[in-house]
Amino acid sequence: MMQAVPISLENCAKTFTDGTRALEPVDLAIAAGETLVLLGPSGCGKTTTLRLIAGLEQPDAGGRVLFGGEDVTALPIEKRNVGMVFQSYALFPNMSVAENIAYGLRLRRQSAAEQRARVGEMLALMRIERLADRSIDQLSGGQRQRVALARALAVRPRALLLDEPLTALDAKLRDTLRFEIDSLLRELGITAIYVTHDQAEAMALGDRIVVMDHGRIAQVGAPRDIYQRPASRYVAEFIGTMNRLSGHAEGEVFRCPGGYVAWPELPATAREILFRPEDTRIAAEGEAASLRGTVSAAFFCGDHVRLFVDVGEERPLVLETPARREYRHGETVALAVERHGLMVL
Amino acid sequence: MQHGRFLYGLQFAFTIAVCAFLVVPVVMSILAGLTVNYFVGLESGLTLRWVLEVWDGYRDTLFLSLGLALACLVLTLLLGVPLAYLLARSRGRLARAIEELLMLPVAVPGLATALGLIVAYGGLAGFRTSAAFILVGHVLFTLPFMVRSVLAVLSVIDLPTLEEGAASLGAGFAQRFRDIVLPNCRNGILAGALMVVTLSMGEFNMTWLLHTPFTKTLPVGLADAYASLRLEIGSAYTLIFFLLITPLLLALQALARPRRTVFAERDPSAENDS
Amino acid sequence: MPRRQFLLLLLPAALFFSAFFLLPMARLFFIGASGESGWLAYLAIVTDANYFRALWTTLAVAAVTTVLTLAISSIAGVFLERHRFPGRAALVAAMTLPLAFPGVVVGFMVIMLAGRQGIIGEVFTMFGGERPIFAYSLAGLCMGYVYFSIPRTILTIMAAAEKLDPRLEEAARSFGATPWQVVRDVILPGLRPALISAGAICFATAVGAFGTAFTLATRIEVLPMVIYTEFTMSANIAMAAALSFSLGAVAWLALAVARSASGSTVAAAG
Repeated sequence: MMQAVPISLENCAKTFTDGTRALEPVDLAIAAGETLVLLGPSGCGKTTTLRLIAGLEQPDAGGRVLFGGEDVTALPIEKRNVGMVFQSYALFPNMSVAENIAYGLRLRRQSAAEQRARVGEMLALMRIERLADRSIDQLSGGQRQRVALARALAVRPRALLLDEPLTALDAKLRDTLRFEIDSLLRELGITAIYVTHDQAEAMALGDRIVVMDHGRIAQVGAPRDIYQRPASRYVAEFIGTMNRLSGHAEGEVFRCPGGYVAWPELPATAREILFRPEDTRIAAEGEAASLRGTVSAAFFCGDHVRLFVDVGEERPLVLETPARREYRHGETVALAVERHGLMVL
Repeated sequence: MQHGRFLYGLQFAFTIAVCAFLVVPVVMSILAGLTVNYFVGLESGLTLRWVLEVWDGYRDTLFLSLGLALACLVLTLLLGVPLAYLLARSRGRLARAIEELLMLPVAVPGLATALGLIVAYGGLAGFRTSAAFILVGHVLFTLPFMVRSVLAVLSVIDLPTLEEGAASLGAGFAQRFRDIVLPNCRNGILAGALMVVTLSMGEFNMTWLLHTPFTKTLPVGLADAYASLRLEIGSAYTLIFFLLITPLLLALQALARPRRTVFAERDPSAENDS
Repeated sequence: MPRRQFLLLLLPAALFFSAFFLLPMARLFFIGASGESGWLAYLAIVTDANYFRALWTTLAVAAVTTVLTLAISSIAGVFLERHRFPGRAALVAAMTLPLAFPGVVVGFMVIMLAGRQGIIGEVFTMFGGERPIFAYSLAGLCMGYVYFSIPRTILTIMAAAEKLDPRLEEAARSFGATPWQVVRDVILPGLRPALISAGAICFATAVGAFGTAFTLATRIEVLPMVIYTEFTMSANIAMAAALSFSLGAVAWLALAVARSASGSTVAAAG
């Protein structure tokens, strides 16, 4: 078990020496043992936030970083006892795998026996025992990231900070390692902060997700909340796919170029309504076909077909439908939208 | 295809001719240094007489040059490695200006640098007549090569991230420099060291003005010998110089052998990954 | 990096450099104006007919050297990079061995080639011709500088040729380009930065080098020799200083122009 520490940022802003504001003043509390994912496109301030927590950057005057009750704002990274995992692995090419993992222990002046025991433990934890004596350039990307994790965890850090650890890997490997990291974090119960631009990764790993935009926090919440109840259009469109119809309300009916959508709770001022692809389906035989469009693309995905339907909007509607039936380009289809999935932002 | 073979042959012959241009005089001078009478030709017989004569008369220059080269190496290491690290870490305008300034003693003819040193420090008799006076010139001239060589290695590895990784594990500045920076620029230091020693051994442009009758280096001795002694002695002297410098150059070549650039996409993570 | 560490690391080199380069150069600059003609000494290189002629000779030698070196090294360098054949490694090693021969030794190599007992003369007399001795002339000096510059330039060209993407050539050939068109449209443009930087180093070396001219001395009036003569024979330190600065400026200018043209950093050696 690791000692789990709550972390909080108080009024932390970051302005670089060239004047660019990377982060607007942010308050953020991370519970002990929680996995918090910082999510957003590049330049949104997620990495800057992580680096403030790590101690690689100093917040602007007035900002404070707290580990437990301790104010660590003035401490440089080497005094904070955090484990850090980088996108580029940052493994030392002049050391073997075992030496890399032992490095933090060596700096803490642990005895050779202690070091050996802990390194063995970490190699076993990450299931890379047979790589112990390899040099770094003999490792594949996935192996490197496992070594990096082992190295970061070996020193029993107060928190684990991961900066896009899976971005450099190919898709299949990313899935495997995502699963492994998830079970690892749960098993260890360590406070973890995970930076990514990949929303699927964020949803899979995060206890909570912080969606960031231009140096501001756009929304904080559990993955389910963020997906189902996005606080803004930015969040709605960044997380998952969103279908959009534009038009106007006429009582309980929303009229748009492709037809209409009935919705009892429809706000009278709605200019556009949003819904997820999974709440969109091909209308059943005999069902009132309120929305019509033509198929502009159909991607066969094995178990389902991803359908793009042009309903006279700026962007076609997207939906997934069973692959049993074949759809042809230009074919007219009738669509239905599940009411519980409708939202206005 | 006929055309292609013809072009190939033409280029091959040309390359061989260039090689001959470079190598033949070296071979000739080696032979001349071992021949009893070069004017008569090889049939006059081979001898070590000239080599021994040079050894007797000029071995001091040899030792001085070796000593200077090593001292120069120590100084360029002490001054150059920290500087290279600094330039690798801070890619700002100041760093560019420093790099630029540093190259000046190489860009400006050695003659000018030497004159500058003489007018500034020629009055300090103890300094002027010592080998340290030459050493200063050599360090000025070779320092940029050490810095560049180390810098080249440092800018290929992602030094800032490596250092951040080490810092996250608890390493302070001194520990990072010792454990991460120095080991990872070993190849650059080695290449730079060989370059510095080689250049110092051969430096003439400055040394000719900086030397005194008591501080003659090998190239100065060579110039003396070419000007005033018979061809065989000059050749024998050159032969000794070649013996000294060739291992350095071969080591340098082995070290500088460029890594093949791979154009095909290669994904190291595709290999077996448990 | 914290400011304190930055300065700490910079300090030793900065002190050494200031004391032994910046200060002497500043001193030299003022001494250049201390002669009877004052600051006008800095114009002597263009106003004095003898110096001006020496300047022109120097520039001409440097230009010819550069063109010859680039032409020779490009052909041999690209060939060596493109083809694999037995003995290639040895050939490359042999051709780059003279890399660090000092100017004096290069001068001696020229004497071996074109001196009184030079191999070129031997070959000519063998075919019944007249024995040409040009080692001690401008042609000999040029030959020396070419000799000096080829190894370095070949290495630069080989490194650049290695980085040329062979797919570009394949693409050009797929459009029906002939070998000459490929050279003109793909290879030469690809080598351009290397050619410019190597050419600049070659030029600057030929302008400022002294050892080769010194060894071949007798009939050569290039600027470095003139400076040396002013300094030692006429003890005219002021004029030597002023001319040194002019010489330095020419060499530096060649490198600076090349750098801005090729966009990469360029360094001279010699």
